[in-house]
Formats: sequence, structure tokens, C-alpha cells
Amino acid sequence: MQHVVIGAGPSGVIAAETLRKLQPKASVTLVGDEPEAPYSRMAIPYFLVKQIAEQGTHLRKTADHFAKREIKVLQKRVEGLDRAARQLTLAGGDKLAYDNLLIATGSRPVSPPIPGIDLPGVTSCWTLADARRIAATAKPGARVVLMGAGFIGCIILEALAKSGATLTVVEMEGRMVPRMMNDTAGNMIKDWCQEHGVTVHTSTKVNAIEKHGNALRVVLNSGATVDVDLVVSATGVRPNIELVKDSGIATDQGILVNRQMQTNDPSIFAAGDVAQGIDFSTGEYSVQAIQPTAADHGQLAARNMAGQKGALHRGCVNMNVLDTLGLISSSFGLWMGKAGGDSAELLNRERYRYLNLQFEDDVLVGATSLGLTQHVGVLRGLIQTKTRLGAWKDKLVADPTRIMEAYLASTQAVGFNAGVLK
Amino acid sequence: MLKALQLEPEKCTGCLQCEMACSFENEGVFNPSKSRIKVFNFHDEGRFAPYTCSQCAEAWCMHACPVEAIVINPKTGAKDVLESVCVGCKVCTIACPFGTVNYNADTGKVAKCDLCGGDPACASACPTGAITYVDAEHTGLERMRAHAAQSIPKA
Repeated sequence: MQHVVIGAGPSGVIAAETLRKLQPKASVTLVGDEPEAPYSRMAIPYFLVKQIAEQGTHLRKTADHFAKREIKVLQKRVEGLDRAARQLTLAGGDKLAYDNLLIATGSRPVSPPIPGIDLPGVTSCWTLADARRIAATAKPGARVVLMGAGFIGCIILEALAKSGATLTVVEMEGRMVPRMMNDTAGNMIKDWCQEHGVTVHTSTKVNAIEKHGNALRVVLNSGATVDVDLVVSATGVRPNIELVKDSGIATDQGILVNRQMQTNDPSIFAAGDVAQGIDFSTGEYSVQAIQPTAADHGQLAARNMAGQKGALHRGCVNMNVLDTLGLISSSFGLWMGKAGGDSAELLNRERYRYLNLQFEDDVLVGATSLGLTQHVGVLRGLIQTKTRLGAWKDKLVADPTRIMEAYLASTQAVGFNAGVLK
Repeated sequence: MLKALQLEPEKCTGCLQCEMACSFENEGVFNPSKSRIKVFNFHDEGRFAPYTCSQCAEAWCMHACPVEAIVINPKTGAKDVLESVCVGCKVCTIACPFGTVNYNADTGKVAKCDLCGGDPACASACPTGAITYVDAEHTGLERMRAHAAQSIPKA
């Protein structure tokens, strides 16, 4: 059996390792197109602030990790897919045959169609190579515009601010992290950033970037201009589905998969940012592009590639956690609420504390938090186990912070559930 | 023999000795907010429930970690956070469905129960036997039975 995994991100690496575990004798090849050891984009912000060295971003820490597991790692770009021959064409023309193929090619930043976006000094922050470029420019005193205050924008926001640069953030939508935070939370994050010395323009577009002497002039749709040394573009990412274009593999936003993470070609699977998997909360297929989902997909795809029965995709809970200059926020599931559902909310603007719970009947379906670092994962647990909260729902409406008590009382032998002592 | 923490809330008096012992053992301070085990208070029922990581087999935190900073300790079976590797991204704190991995803003890292390397301070400190460190095979059965009994409608 020849398993080939395209993409050396978390999903691909976990898939390759899982395949090795399940099928000790199979051939497992991991193909990635970046000239680096497999690394985590999640760790890039910490590399930018020099909290870790490059090695600290690596997904696996020992140099012989893959060799020891007899996982062949190729640093080549895959340029062609021939489904009939079950064969890939690599850059340079080499062919690579497969019995089972996993496409875990991830996503890449979208460049907004703005005049000047190709100028030197304008960069995305996606790869280690981007990070090295940014680290070289974003020195204390440097002036930086960050385009886009989505999740990716915000995780590098902190790194850029900490590097001592003078930072201006420009976001098209009316609040920060609009796809992760509601109005209240998104605007509190904005206030927090401004209090911490970052200029934030929401509901603002960049109309153009122009060369201005040795610097760049960023022209906003308000007519205002900002002169900077560096523009970091973080206006969203898109799945890398080009490889399967015209191959007959069904795609929508990402590659369409079934509950086995299998595409419409039974020997081809997809996982991670490139795959349109099941969203636990909606039951619909969508691209989540988050680390826990990438990890889950990779493991699940590998189990199915190895022929395990019953390894069915039951849907991943969409969730994110973010640290913007020390303000920690998270959101889970249907944080925006569900039609016909109700909610509980606790807000303290002055202290930047916020907790919003969304219910359907007496089941938690979504949550948003600001300033909560203790036991936050239980929100995921309550959502994913669809725990019936019963009387605890009213207690949560009265005090949303009692999430752990609600979980323990509903699932463990505590209080009225006890009766263990004879 | 692998051992595990056995938590018996009905024996807990809410004295918080476990939290003091845990924070002192792991952080060098008597500060319950830094404890990896927490006593939850059901004041309207006069009950308390100590709770911490159960070192679950699924290891959601470990699988979600992007930089291999959570590893299985071969001696204790615990999922240990390697502080030198953890970057503080907090993905594990949202991935753990039990809510038992927490971010510590002072260190910029996450913290969870590591069974104190095989001699859990909370169990030693607990004066009522609500927290004991026992054969992993022997935890929970009575509790599961008790909880299951709750879901049977009463005649």
C-alpha cells in the first residue's frame, strides 16, 4: 500500500503519523513545497517576537522524527494529478505513484485587488519566509499598517505591536475579528487595542498603496493617508484547491469530502484547511481552517485510508482563541446564536470581561468570552456533548460564569447525583 | 501499575488544602488561583466537587497542540506540558472539553495537572480522602454506577 500525503502542515503530519501507526508496513510519503521542516503557522507570532527560535515552530522537534517512523518527506511542489494513472507529477517532472492520496494542501492568503499590493514592502504573514521578512523590517520605531483584523491579522497584531513598531490596523468590517466575535466583543477588542497604543480603523478600506520616497503611503477610503515602512496584508485565506481543478474532484469553497473524509474519487481524501468538512453545530459542510479541526481531519482521514471501519466524521466544533495584547478572547460553535434560541450575558466593559452563552432549549450551542482563561474548554465540552442542562440553564442565565459547576452537576456524580456513600 | 487521581466529591468539605498544596508544589506560592485542581462550590446544596484533568485517553489537548508541547509521561501516563516548548497559543485550552487546561498569563504558558510526576500533592494534602491516588483501573466504577442510577426514572 502506498499512501501519499500532500501538505506538511499539522493535518498532513498527523495523517502520515497515524497511517504509520495503523499500517506498519505501508509506504508513507509526505510531500510539502516549503523548504523547511514541517512547521506550525500558529507559532509564527511567537517567532516574530523572538520568544522562540525557528526550531520552536517545528511540528516535531527531533531531526530524525520522520525518518525514524519511515515516513519519507519530500520537499517538492506537486504540479499535476493524474487520477487514471494514480500518479502525481512533482516539480522537475518526477512522478510519484499512490494507492491512496490525502490532499492536505492547506490555504493561502488572499491578496486584495488594491493598486500597489505588489509593491516591495507589502507582505502577507503566512509562511516562515514571510515571518523572516517581517522580523527584518518591523523593528522598534518602524511604522506598520496591518490590513485586516481577522483571526490571522489579530494573532500577528500582538507580535507587530510587541516588536516596537507604530501600528495602524485597517479593517473593512465594523468590528475586529468579525467572523469570530460579535459586535460587543469585537468592539471591546478594538477599544483594548487602542488603549494599548494601536490605532484601529474599522469600517475602513485601503484604496491604494503608493510608493512615497523610501516609504509606502497607504491611502484609506476616508481620504486619510498613513506613511509606513511595511504593510502586512491579512485579509483572509482561501483553500489551495488548484491541484484538483479540472480533475473531476468535486469542490465548492474547499474540496468536498464525505464522512470518511473521502472525495468523490474513493482513493483520494482531503483534510485540514483545504477540506470542506462537517461543522458540528450546523451539520453543514464548510471550511473551518482552524488548528483543532486540521488535527481531527488528519487523524480521521488516515484511519479511513488505512481501511478502519466506523471512523466517521461527526463534525468539528468551530472554535478560536485569540490573545490581542493580553486580552484573551474565545468563541465556540454558534456564538452568533441560533434562531429561536436564547442567551445569557455578563458584561463588564471597564474590566474587559465578557461572557455570552447561546442556548437552544437547555443545551449550550455557542459561546463568546473575553478575559476568561480558566476552564474555557468546558464550553466546547458542553456544546459537543449536547449536555441537557436542565435546572442549570437558569442558573447559567443568572450567572454565566458557573459553566464548570453546570458541567459537573450535569455529568458527574456530584450533589444530588451523588449517593455513592453508603 | 498506572495510577490515577480518584475524586470523591461527597467526601470533600471544601477546605481547599488541595489547591494550596497544588499551587505551592507547582508554582511555589500558596495561591489557589494558580492551582491545577479546583474545588467547585455548590453552595445551595452545601456540596463541593474537586476536579482536575483525568489524563483522558483521547488527550484532546495533546492532539490539538501545534508544537508538540504536550507529551505523555511514560512513568505516570500523565499528559505533561513541556514549558520550554509551549508557545502559549492556548489552542489546548479551548480543545480540552473538560476545561482542565488553563492559560497562565504570568508565565505565558498553559498549565495542567501532571500528577506531580507520580506523587500528587493534592492527594497528600486532602484530609478527608476525597482525593486519593489509586490504581487507575479502580477509579470511577462506583461513580459511574451512581450517576447512571440518576438517569433511571424513579417509579
